Amino acid sequence: MKRVQFGHSPVPYLFVAPQILIILIFFLWPAGQAVYQSFLLEDAFGLSSQFVWFRNFEDVLSSDSWAKSAVFTIVFSFIVAFLSIAISLFLAVRADEIIRGAKSYKTLLMWGYAIAPPVAGLLGSMLFNPLMGDLYILLNSMGFEFNHIQNGNDAAFVVILIAVWKQISVNFIFFLSGLQGIPKSVTEAATLDCKSAERRFWTITFPLLAPTTFFLMVINLTYAFFETFGIIDVSTKGSPGGTTATLVYKVYVDGFLGADMGSSAAQSVILMFMVSILTIFQFRFIERKVHY
Amino acid sequence: MFRKTLMAAAALLAMAHSAHAQTEITWWHAMDGALGGVVDQIAEDFNASQSEYKVIAINKGGYEDTMTAGIAAFRAKNQPHIIQIFDAGAATIINAKGAVFPVEDLLNKHGVGFDINDYIPGVRYFYADSDDKMIGMPFNSSTPLLYFNKDAFAKAGITAAPKTWQEFEAIAPKLKEAGYEGFAHSHGPWIFFENFMSRHNLQMATANNGYDSTDAKLLYNNDELKAHWQKMKEWKDAGYHGYYGRAWGANQDAFLQQKVAMWIGSSGSFGGLRQSAQFDFGTSTLPYWEGVGEAPKSTFIGGGSLFAFAGHKDEEYAGVAKFFEFLTKPETQFYWHKETGYVPITNAAYELAKKEGYYKESPDAEIGIQQLSEEGGDWTKGYRLGFYVQIREVIYREIDRMMNGEATIDQAFDTIESEGNDLLVRFHDTYK
Repeated sequence: MKRVQFGHSPVPYLFVAPQILIILIFFLWPAGQAVYQSFLLEDAFGLSSQFVWFRNFEDVLSSDSWAKSAVFTIVFSFIVAFLSIAISLFLAVRADEIIRGAKSYKTLLMWGYAIAPPVAGLLGSMLFNPLMGDLYILLNSMGFEFNHIQNGNDAAFVVILIAVWKQISVNFIFFLSGLQGIPKSVTEAATLDCKSAERRFWTITFPLLAPTTFFLMVINLTYAFFETFGIIDVSTKGSPGGTTATLVYKVYVDGFLGADMGSSAAQSVILMFMVSILTIFQFRFIERKVHY
Repeated sequence: MFRKTLMAAAALLAMAHSAHAQTEITWWHAMDGALGGVVDQIAEDFNASQSEYKVIAINKGGYEDTMTAGIAAFRAKNQPHIIQIFDAGAATIINAKGAVFPVEDLLNKHGVGFDINDYIPGVRYFYADSDDKMIGMPFNSSTPLLYFNKDAFAKAGITAAPKTWQEFEAIAPKLKEAGYEGFAHSHGPWIFFENFMSRHNLQMATANNGYDSTDAKLLYNNDELKAHWQKMKEWKDAGYHGYYGRAWGANQDAFLQQKVAMWIGSSGSFGGLRQSAQFDFGTSTLPYWEGVGEAPKSTFIGGGSLFAFAGHKDEEYAGVAKFFEFLTKPETQFYWHKETGYVPITNAAYELAKKEGYYKESPDAEIGIQQLSEEGGDWTKGYRLGFYVQIREVIYREIDRMMNGEATIDQAFDTIESEGNDLLVRFHDTYK
């Protein structure tokens, strides 16, 4: 194909400039600072510092509690991303089919979007309060010996539940608009060809939603890795026994509470690296299967 | 017309000038809720007592938030004049050379005068450096206390709160029969690690509990402390100890909702409990093991102190000194003590409270200061350990694991020792 070269005009650069500036100021600069800080041992007040090469990274990577937290973070993130995508897809498909009262259903399902993660965490921790939490009492009256204060798996269940609940409405909005973007003619033609609604969904609707699903997968994993911090801080604080401390939560505890800047920076750099690898992997291997 | 305008302008200028003449002193603190109200009142009273300075008290959230905010502000060269730092954070600010203006120097320089013996023994050296110079001004000083539900005790036929853990073991079955778990506790690291050591006069860390050098090692991994936690676990399994996790409030709520008959918390909780408890409660000293170490000795103070950040103008420091003077006045301290339950930090304030008959009308309010005034030993002065906030996190985590049986007592203490000492090594290398 012959490439057409147009005369360069500075106008497009002007249009992207604000975006580039934002990335520079709010992402690249702080990220650079974090990388720099991760090679230093510095007192909290920044009065003295020394360059220590990879000491901070060695200390972090050799710690058992960090390794445990890394495993939990990965498991937690995949479960949260999978469940919140699956449940919201189901809800969106159902809500899309409804005719009577469709607006109220949709509005109610989107409501959660307006709730900040710490607020969701607070609601969750109240529902699971051992002395008066409704869900806690319900689960125990059903015969489960549920105790998230002492049992690590139960605590993981609580944070996953809150994190998924919080994310469902965001995903729901995207899926619903995705569904509404599927041409009526396609679905009608499919209805003539195939009686099974389930088969129609998997062969027609789901592949057509693939771009949305892929996009949501990327943002949901990022959400689970980073934004669930507020939920954990308010509900479990990583307890019991550090079982629900995600990597971001550890960054916060060591850097913000403990004032160990070097370790905290090294942890953020490792985390940044992990998430970049994950994102590259997603774009290289999964996006290929997506048809736009 | 012209003259009128000129006069008006002059008047305006004069007004602006007089408004400017007041030097503002900012004070960042960690007292929220009811405590915050008392802090605001103190600032207001100070402002009303003179016209030269104006103290602006700002709540920055909890202890950790306040410290973080202070650190960030200092790095941005925008620090407040006064900041409240909690016990576990003291090492961070005191070891950062040049971050603060030692309070002893500040008061001496600005003619307020300073005598460390004015302060009650328990708070004298907690925020001092290795040469016993006071760096931070003790402010909200608390100590662990046992609160007991008098109704529950009556139901179980118990007449007095247990002074020792041996006595507790004798009454725990009776409480269980009456339908109560024996006791709950908040802040395990503070009460059953730090203060356990002080109460039994056991050394907590090498290098004189960390005061002499940042090159210190934890001494928690000892038989006395492990035996205590062995008991805690047994009591929990027997239903004598209610463990409601690491959250302070959850354990206090268990007491308020009468699930447990006793709660070990802070003397600073007294004011709040008085407002929210639906039953008659009393206070008693922190129980100890008869025959272990040299118990009973005095406990450490907990809570926080006020530091004057470096980098301000002389006339502003004069205001800080004035404010500190106001803060340590017997009347101010007595007011603070009465409203919050924190102990009065000076002997004069304690005497005033006695003279006013405060302890006659509410004898429970005196337990905290009595406990702090008990005989001291070599290891009751305090501790100064770096990254202690994270060490507490490790302890919190291992308490969870001991209580749910995920780790044995030995395993948990080995982890606390090794992770804690790793943190101390990092701190030493950072601040050397």
